[in-house]
Amino acid sequence: MSRYILKSLAAVGLALGLGAPSSAQDAAPDPADWKAVKQAAEGQTVYWHAWGGSNAINDYIRWAGDRLAERHGVTVEHVKLKDTADAVSRVIAEKSAGKDQDGSVDLIWINGENFAAMKEKGLLFGPWAEDVPNWKYVDVEGKPAVTSDFTVPTDGLEAPWGMAQIIFYHDTAHLTDPPRSIPEILEWAKANPGRFAYPQPPDFVGSTFLKQAVIELAPNPDVLQQPVNETAYVTATEPLWQYLDELTPNLWRSGAAYPQSSTRLIQLMADGEIDLALSIELNAPSNAIANYELPDTVRSYVLDGGTIGNASFVAIPYNANAKAGAMVLANFLMSPEAQARKQDPAVWGSGTVLAMDKLDPKDRARFDAIELGVATLTPAELGEALPEPHPSWMVRLEQDWTARYGVGQ
Amino acid sequence: MPENTAFPPGLRFEGVTISLDDTRLIALDCNVDPGEVLTVMGPSGSGKSTLLAAITGTLPPAFRLTGRIRLDGQDLAGLPTEARQVGILFQDEYLFPHLSVGANLAFGLKPALKGRAARRDRVEAALDEVGLSGFADRDPATLSGGQRARVALQRTLLSEPRALLLDEAFSRLDTGLRQQTRALVFEVARRRALPVLQVTHDHSDAEAAGGPVHCMGQLATRN
Amino acid sequence: MGTAPVTTVRMAGRRPRRARFLPWAPLVTLVVMLGPVLAGILGTLAPAFGYMPALQGTGLSLDPLRALLEWPGLSRAVMLSLGVGLGATAISLAIVTLICAGWAGTRSFTMIERLLSPLLSVPHAAAAFGLAFLIAPSGWLSRGLSPWVTGWTRPPDLLILQDPAGLSLIFGLVTKEVPFLLLMTLAALTQVRPASSLRVAQCLGYARITGWLKTVFPLVYRQIRLPVFAVLAFSMSVVDVAIILGPNTPPTLAVQVVRWMNDPDLALRFQAAAGAVLQLGLVLFGIGLWRLAEIVAGRLGKIWVSTGGRGWRGPDQVIRGAALILGATAALAVIAGLAGQVIWSFAGLWQFPDLLPDGFTWRNWNRYGAQLAGPAGETLIIAGAATGLALLLTLACLEAEHRHGLRPATRALWLLYLPLIVPQVAFLTGFQTLSIGAGLDGGRMAVIAAHLVFVLPYVFLSLADPWRVWDAKHDTTARALGAGPDRVLWMVRLPMLLRPVLIATAVGFAVSVGQYLPTLLVGAGRVPTLTTEAVALASGGDRRVTGVYALAQTAAALAPFALALVLPRLLWRNRKGLLHA
Repeated sequence: MSRYILKSLAAVGLALGLGAPSSAQDAAPDPADWKAVKQAAEGQTVYWHAWGGSNAINDYIRWAGDRLAERHGVTVEHVKLKDTADAVSRVIAEKSAGKDQDGSVDLIWINGENFAAMKEKGLLFGPWAEDVPNWKYVDVEGKPAVTSDFTVPTDGLEAPWGMAQIIFYHDTAHLTDPPRSIPEILEWAKANPGRFAYPQPPDFVGSTFLKQAVIELAPNPDVLQQPVNETAYVTATEPLWQYLDELTPNLWRSGAAYPQSSTRLIQLMADGEIDLALSIELNAPSNAIANYELPDTVRSYVLDGGTIGNASFVAIPYNANAKAGAMVLANFLMSPEAQARKQDPAVWGSGTVLAMDKLDPKDRARFDAIELGVATLTPAELGEALPEPHPSWMVRLEQDWTARYGVGQ
Repeated sequence: MPENTAFPPGLRFEGVTISLDDTRLIALDCNVDPGEVLTVMGPSGSGKSTLLAAITGTLPPAFRLTGRIRLDGQDLAGLPTEARQVGILFQDEYLFPHLSVGANLAFGLKPALKGRAARRDRVEAALDEVGLSGFADRDPATLSGGQRARVALQRTLLSEPRALLLDEAFSRLDTGLRQQTRALVFEVARRRALPVLQVTHDHSDAEAAGGPVHCMGQLATRN
Repeated sequence: MGTAPVTTVRMAGRRPRRARFLPWAPLVTLVVMLGPVLAGILGTLAPAFGYMPALQGTGLSLDPLRALLEWPGLSRAVMLSLGVGLGATAISLAIVTLICAGWAGTRSFTMIERLLSPLLSVPHAAAAFGLAFLIAPSGWLSRGLSPWVTGWTRPPDLLILQDPAGLSLIFGLVTKEVPFLLLMTLAALTQVRPASSLRVAQCLGYARITGWLKTVFPLVYRQIRLPVFAVLAFSMSVVDVAIILGPNTPPTLAVQVVRWMNDPDLALRFQAAAGAVLQLGLVLFGIGLWRLAEIVAGRLGKIWVSTGGRGWRGPDQVIRGAALILGATAALAVIAGLAGQVIWSFAGLWQFPDLLPDGFTWRNWNRYGAQLAGPAGETLIIAGAATGLALLLTLACLEAEHRHGLRPATRALWLLYLPLIVPQVAFLTGFQTLSIGAGLDGGRMAVIAAHLVFVLPYVFLSLADPWRVWDAKHDTTARALGAGPDRVLWMVRLPMLLRPVLIATAVGFAVSVGQYLPTLLVGAGRVPTLTTEAVALASGGDRRVTGVYALAQTAAALAPFALALVLPRLLWRNRKGLLHA
């Protein structure tokens, strides 16, 4: 309601020539009037830019698109990205060319640095996410990550649609008792050189491994929740560099080459090149087993002190062509139906953003019926996720990592 | 269809010269009457073929042509090759390898003759004339040298030329076949009253033609 | 198209009757081909010097350049790009030269020629995927020898793939560049009549390879210099192959530029643009170095020729054999790589050191096969349209040349190679911004236009020679029979040149199918082709999916070649005169 008043005030301001919001925003439907949004959405085509490297996820997105076509007359086109930044580049290129309307990106699967960057440059439409109907099911209290994206407030500019948490996995046929903390990983790697790898930062999982290590190794991890400053950074990361200096020679290929993504780690384990790997997808090992990518002796676990978790979101660019359709899609993605399907390991196995106690019994039953895969952890086994550091830490960590380990010695 | 009746019919060269850079290759001023054969002789490289190219209108841009060439009184300058109605036979027959013998002949036949049956009959008749009945569906690559020469001749005649040019047309045939083919070509040309210009380096061709002979030496003159 | 209008000379006695489009064809072709390249370079230069209003870059500054120079990996990345480019080019050229020197005119050589087109049409990415699985420590070769030879039950931790020196990348590039250079050399050989020179040399007592190198090579090299430059530029700036086979600590400059382009930190876009400009400079520098080496080699060569050394038969035979083995290794690597992909696409669980999977399944094809339809259709439409347009423009240029004497100046041939020499990263991002400005972006049309830039040179290069060597007396004969130039074109010249036209079409098709960056950037990701899907899925790492898509991609590129070989045989089965052409 208060947002509605603010908008009205903005409209008055515009009439008085006080502000100059882009014309695209005026044309956009107001999420508070959901009926109008649904009407406007009908017949629209939503170009959803989302990472396309996982078959399970691609299948899920296709399923969601089919539902939308059936129920709302919205066509969903999945634009398969190699990297989320491709979509960000796209919006930037459009802004450069003065294309402030009818942009080619309607919805982006996004979080962390990409979100922070787009928010800062004013490249996002909204706020809208907290006004769509299914927002009421979202576990705002229990999962602070849904409104604080790497500590950056989402401000309704993006809608959460999945929870992710770092998990480690290993083939029990070769490794029965895996290391359970960052220091233990080093000890284990020294005893088993060449059998552990993490993806090369700035790959997301690779960077998250660095953050996980910093949280465990830093004298005072609380500083990570604040934007980075020089003295705090030096103190907090000194143990990390010391740790990595010892770990790197014992990594796969002695750290002279790195896997480029976390899914590549699955292939490396399947090839027998490594014995320990990590992923941000809870269900990645189970999925891989189901697809013959890994043997069924693989199991996953989290470190004893907990691992970093975050939410992932969908956002609408400021110049999107089908804003109404994108909102309808985002709303559907937050529905109990879509969220329950997403959590099913047979489909995808990603964590839900909804609060079980906010659902009615019928919807709760959908979640209870889900069977977890052999290599998927239960919420209890996962434990509470550690919060993501502020994105500015990630930027610094990635830069320094690259200078120290990423460009040869 | 002479456009100017002041000129006699036939192929007429009025002060024609062809030069390359500053070297004059040919100078010709004469008339080839209908049914007459003018033989231009000279060693290879003397520029005989450029004279034919000047008549067909395919002279490469490096050459400079002055004077006038008239066919039945009409100035050929500026006319595209296909409008000159000049038939030409080369040493190779240039039968189109992708077309059957019949289709090669039909290619020469004027579009004015309408109707599939009529055209086919005309082609058959042309083959009959040279003793190649039933060859219409044959692949030209399967014909003998003499047969190919006759097909090429008939194809040219079907296009109803007003003059016939022979570019070493018989030099690839062996002696017996050569006399036969030569006789056939000159006989047809005489019967149809076509002015013929042949270029050759072989005296027997000139003798068989019986007409005037223009000899080109390598005495190219500087101008 | 190299036909600079400067040389316009009208053929004596010929009147251009249909002077509507044909005389303009060379100019239109030039604009279509070079316009995007030049505009794209400008669009890249601006942000390299700090101008990009969307990111609050409104003034000119050297900051992006400074940031680039401060990147700690720069010198290594630059050296790597240079080393890989020069290495891959020198090795490819050496293999091609020695194969031609040792085998031209023999029966083995005819066999090599047959293999060429299919090898050439295998998309780079597909070949690289195959190669990666072949040579990795846990790859197919290692599996074939383990454990019975090597004793390995688990793969060794050896740095074979993605080695910091870029050796595996060089190997991958050589496998694809040898067929290309060989094809270009074959075309050059038809013009310089090597057999007689070689016979003369051999009669004078020269060993075969020595004789060839001394008499034929200097002539051939002059003809293939531009293709060699194209190979050099490509090897220095390739992205997809370098991602798959190249090192990553640091990667080559071109890969790093794409990484910056993709970084969430938007400020890096400026640095990326500066890197792209550096990449362009680096390619020019590489070509300069090569040119220098050419001059030195030329001097040394002259001295070598004048010594009159005949060479020795023994070493000559050894080199001959070695050249054949090297060439065959390159070809076999690509073929075996593809075979590996075929098996992966049917594989169940497949662990080291098993030579074959535990089980075979249709599951992968069932699951992904249906999804292939959309991208496959898009690929065919784009490749068809781009190739069709390229063919039309090429034929128009060649006809303009034939009818109006619009002969290209030899030096204008450079222009044809420009899109092949300017690195893609250096102009595609600029071109993307441009096409958005023109309202063309994100659509099939824009992608077709971008593909045309790369398809045109290849179509022109493969068609120009056969078109020009066609005996013009066929034309004179047909015209003398009363046929106008159009009728001659459609009824005589095109049917007679059906095979080269089809092969040029197949080449254009294969080039279009293989395009990754242009499709992704200009298509705004909305135009999914087999190649963009394959590379996106490859980021997921599952070789089964990659296998399915890479094979579909290869099939799309190979099918037109098969058609180009089979169709003339069918159509001309009763026309002996055209069968052996």
